[in-house]
Amino acid sequence: MPLTAAPRPSDAPVPVPPAILVEDLHKSFGPLEVLKGVSLTAQKGDVVAIIGGSGSGKSTMLRCINFLETPTSGRIVVNGEEIAMRADGSPADRRQIERIRTRLGMVFQAFNLWTHRTLLENVIEVPVHVLKTPKNQAIERARALLDRVGLGDKADTFPAFLSGGQQQRAAIARALAVDPAVMLFDEPTSALDPELVGEVLSVIRDLAAEGRTMLIVTHEMKFAREVASHVVYLYQGRIEEEGPPERVFGAPQSARLKQFLQTVG
Amino acid sequence: MSDLRALLIPRRLFLMALFAGFVIWCALSLRWDWLPQYLPLALEGLWRTIWILVVTVVLGFALAVPLGLAQAAGPWYLAAPARVFCTVIRGTPLLLQIWLLYYGLGSLFPQYPWIRGSELWPYLRQAWPYAVLALTLSYAGYEGEVMRGGFASVQKGQLEAARAFGMPRFTIFRRIWLPQAIRNVLPTLGGETILQLKATPLVATITVIEIYAVSSRVRADTFIVYEPLLLLALVYMIIAGLIALMFRWVENRVPSRRREG
Repeated sequence: MPLTAAPRPSDAPVPVPPAILVEDLHKSFGPLEVLKGVSLTAQKGDVVAIIGGSGSGKSTMLRCINFLETPTSGRIVVNGEEIAMRADGSPADRRQIERIRTRLGMVFQAFNLWTHRTLLENVIEVPVHVLKTPKNQAIERARALLDRVGLGDKADTFPAFLSGGQQQRAAIARALAVDPAVMLFDEPTSALDPELVGEVLSVIRDLAAEGRTMLIVTHEMKFAREVASHVVYLYQGRIEEEGPPERVFGAPQSARLKQFLQTVG
Repeated sequence: MSDLRALLIPRRLFLMALFAGFVIWCALSLRWDWLPQYLPLALEGLWRTIWILVVTVVLGFALAVPLGLAQAAGPWYLAAPARVFCTVIRGTPLLLQIWLLYYGLGSLFPQYPWIRGSELWPYLRQAWPYAVLALTLSYAGYEGEVMRGGFASVQKGQLEAARAFGMPRFTIFRRIWLPQAIRNVLPTLGGETILQLKATPLVATITVIEIYAVSSRVRADTFIVYEPLLLLALVYMIIAGLIALMFRWVENRVPSRRREG
């Protein structure tokens, strides 16, 4: 495009900012440096699988994105909005971080459903009490979401009475209730009995199929290969290798990744 | 229905018959002729016991929440005074606290003309404000410690989930942390509330006429000793039973918080 002519709006597509942009992220716990400069971009609709051995920093990276962990340094940009950080990495503006967090639906390894509320109450909690959605509207949507994850008949049950797989599916419904721009999955199946893993993965698979933007920290290699559009392999706080799943799993370059894939089968 | 049938097994029938026999014996062979004359006073005393209990439990708990929170999660300059307060209250007899407030504060106030002249003086010259204050502080001291444990026992992941969804801090406290802390300590709170009920007779020592003071009055007036005390025991048992039922009802509204095993 010639520099002299100002582009008309219709000429150039409006640049869509990446859903998540992480730049040179560092994180130390005391003297231990867990992340040694990690950068990552997820466009809208991407499904990024983050794999790596235990202690590689993959969960820490995910938790830094919504500031559950305070990064030591680096940049985090969500939907084009950079999270303001102080020099020590803590969020400079609590309101901003709270607002951005409502756009990021997080699913935890240990589910973390609120134990004193029923599934329905869990799902409407954030819409009603943070986003100020009218209650009947939130309930209607929550019922649809619980139906969708196969828990329509458990709406009035307390989490303690459900299996791990059911709890995790409810936790996914809770994350979906805020209609998140990006979903963050922190090892969503690692706390589950083997026979319950499938039901949770199939819910996540459906979300991938409908084009949700997701970052998934996982140990399920077969699943990562199948749903991810991009795979990141972390080794000791650095990205050792990344690329489309066919290449990362099919033709790994780095010796460490090759070895890792052999050990996890 | 099955609850009812469970009562009908022989050993329970026997115990019930025994108890009924005791009650009938009490009614027939003990002296109750004083009762009609003292009934109005007894009801007044009962009412006073109940409102003192309710008011001090509510106010005391309202104080216990910040006391517990300060100790569980507060900065040292809040945690330390809260810990000192709870330690002092729990480390000294309630009777002493009541007397210190009533005879100490109560005799200090009249020395200041501006207090005597204030709107509050008509209350401050009575005994019940000191009784309410002492019992409130006592409940706050014990329950402050209980709530410290309650706040600390809420799993980290519960609060983390709330933060991850962008809940403001006060919303997290109000919607997640406080209800779960209370839920965790409900059984303890129920027991402590019954203890509070049984601490109320101490205020009779500073001339507050509650139900225990009425039974003393009957004894002093008529020299009848056992009957008023028996009735008094029954009254306390009934109130304690009602408190226990109430707490159980609240507990059952949020069933077992954790999967066992």
